Amino acid sequence: MTEIVFEHVAHRYGDVPVLEDVSLRLAERRIGIVGANGSGKSTLARMVNGLVQPTSGRVLVDGLDVARRGREVRRRVGFVFTDPDNQIVMPTVREDVAFTLRRHRLPADQAAARVDDALETFGLSDLADRPAHKLSGGQKQLLALAAVLVARPAVLVADEPTTLLDARNARIVGEHLAALPQQLVMVTHHLDALADFDRVLVVDAGRIVADDAPAAALEAYREVVA
Amino acid sequence: MSSRSTVRDLAQIAVFAALIAGLSLPGAIPIGSLGVPITLQTLGVMLAGAILGPRKGTLAVTTYVVLALIGLPILPGGRGGLGVFVGPTGGYLLGFILGAFVIGWCTARLLPRYRILPALLVTAIGGILAIYLIGVPWTAVTVGIPLDAAAIGALAFIPGDLIKVVVTVLVASAVHRAWPGIIEPKPWPWAAAKAETDASGAPVDPEASGRPAVADPSVQQDDRS
Amino acid sequence: MIGFAVPGTSVLHRMRPGVKLALLAAAVTVLAVLRDPVQLAVALALSCALVPLAHLPLRQTARQVTPVLWLLAVAVPVHAWFGTWPDAAAMGLRILTAVTLAAVFTMTTKVEALLDTVQAALRRVPWIDAERVGLVLALTIRCVPLLAAIVREVIDARRARGVGGSLRAIAVPVIVRSLRTADAFGEALVARGYDD
Repeated sequence: MTEIVFEHVAHRYGDVPVLEDVSLRLAERRIGIVGANGSGKSTLARMVNGLVQPTSGRVLVDGLDVARRGREVRRRVGFVFTDPDNQIVMPTVREDVAFTLRRHRLPADQAAARVDDALETFGLSDLADRPAHKLSGGQKQLLALAAVLVARPAVLVADEPTTLLDARNARIVGEHLAALPQQLVMVTHHLDALADFDRVLVVDAGRIVADDAPAAALEAYREVVA
Repeated sequence: MSSRSTVRDLAQIAVFAALIAGLSLPGAIPIGSLGVPITLQTLGVMLAGAILGPRKGTLAVTTYVVLALIGLPILPGGRGGLGVFVGPTGGYLLGFILGAFVIGWCTARLLPRYRILPALLVTAIGGILAIYLIGVPWTAVTVGIPLDAAAIGALAFIPGDLIKVVVTVLVASAVHRAWPGIIEPKPWPWAAAKAETDASGAPVDPEASGRPAVADPSVQQDDRS
Repeated sequence: MIGFAVPGTSVLHRMRPGVKLALLAAAVTVLAVLRDPVQLAVALALSCALVPLAHLPLRQTARQVTPVLWLLAVAVPVHAWFGTWPDAAAMGLRILTAVTLAAVFTMTTKVEALLDTVQAALRRVPWIDAERVGLVLALTIRCVPLLAAIVREVIDARRARGVGGSLRAIAVPVIVRSLRTADAFGEALVARGYDD
């Protein structure tokens, strides 16, 4: 397991505190993060791979300081965003998956084999040469997943990956996420998806207000929301 | 500032190039209580310069033009390909690039304050004058008619262009207040020369130079992040 | 990919895009020097002969050329008014020939192939980062449908609230959403390993 450590981490946006004094050690395989909109949970998730930097404190991934060794950290930590439309950067499905490997300096045949493999895993092989914008919402999120996992990261951070999907597609994407061998840190509003998780954090107003097994944490979350 | 683009710059360039395409595709749409039809392509060109500045704005428009010539159907009416370039209206595509550069260059010098009247003036110079400066002679030469005849033909578009200039400035003014730092403010050449003599003379009290000077460092930092 | 290219195996389809582009440039230069309407009419006939040679569908080719016909319908009489009818005819034929040749080029050349050619050419320019130019071009192609959808939604929303309305009511939401989209893409590129 990769060890993700937050040491007295705070983040302010101008004068507004977004996260305050968060200290954590995450080494479980399935970690859920829940919280109301604007609670700071997305910021917390983005800090794991350096998309947002702490204004004080440190974030370490396997001992690497995210602020200083961002590139190495991002090789280990893949990130899936809420809206796949803003994550797909190439015109066609195959090109987009291949884009992730551009800077990995793999031999061409190895890279191509990995891309085919990732497309196969997420059921996209038949769509490989389609323009990405012609895919359905669920297919786009699967493409985003394939494009992140083709790099074989040790950890996957997902920020509300199913929020924009209809129930059926949310279930399909959820099943793919559950089947991953990777360590998973997932921000979500779908509380039932967290039932088998090892640990759930509840974020409220920039603080971790509960940190427990799913049942107990979600109980605490319902109290915060109520 | 380094002349090399950051990843964020690249994303802004690509999105604005695509935005000009998106604005070109609907063709003419009715505007105002009279429902006068107006095309939005040059609005996109002016906005690229006024919002992204000289380097990113010019690159966004160049990207749009290159992709249109390569054969993407992103010109008004879903046209595209080299045929447009060899025809009588090809000069306007080059004029767009010059126009965005002129607007961007001047806008960087109007910031951080971006006063409306000078902004209207420079946006009209870049968004109308600079574009026609290449477009009209190109038409005159390819069609083989006198310059003034070609210019008279272009006059019909001026009222619509003026509306687009006003809208560009109003939008840019709101954007630069809400998102400071998209364009790095620069001094006018004559002001830069003056600042140099000032610096070599007595030390300038930073407090005395007023708000813009105080705002500058934070703006530049934002641009790099 | 979206574009005007018609699949085929003709000589023109197989020719390398760079070579084809050079031939087109040469042809347009020659056209610029020709003054005699008869010579230009022959040039137009030869250019039109390329259409069946490349097995291009007539209707699609015509669609590439018709917009310039409308322009010429005005420009040729204007030219004749200032000059002579033979000169006006020469001008009309010259433009029509150039546009036909360019249409044949566009319809026999895939966008991908041309992108590759552009990037290969840029790689020889020392002060240009060809990889970044390639990324911007590809990212733009990816973004066109997204931004076109944003513009369409904003125009439709305005229409739903009543016909007309100001241009500013379109421009403001379009720009705000564009800037947000750009920020999201910037973040996604970094997350996907494309940091500086």
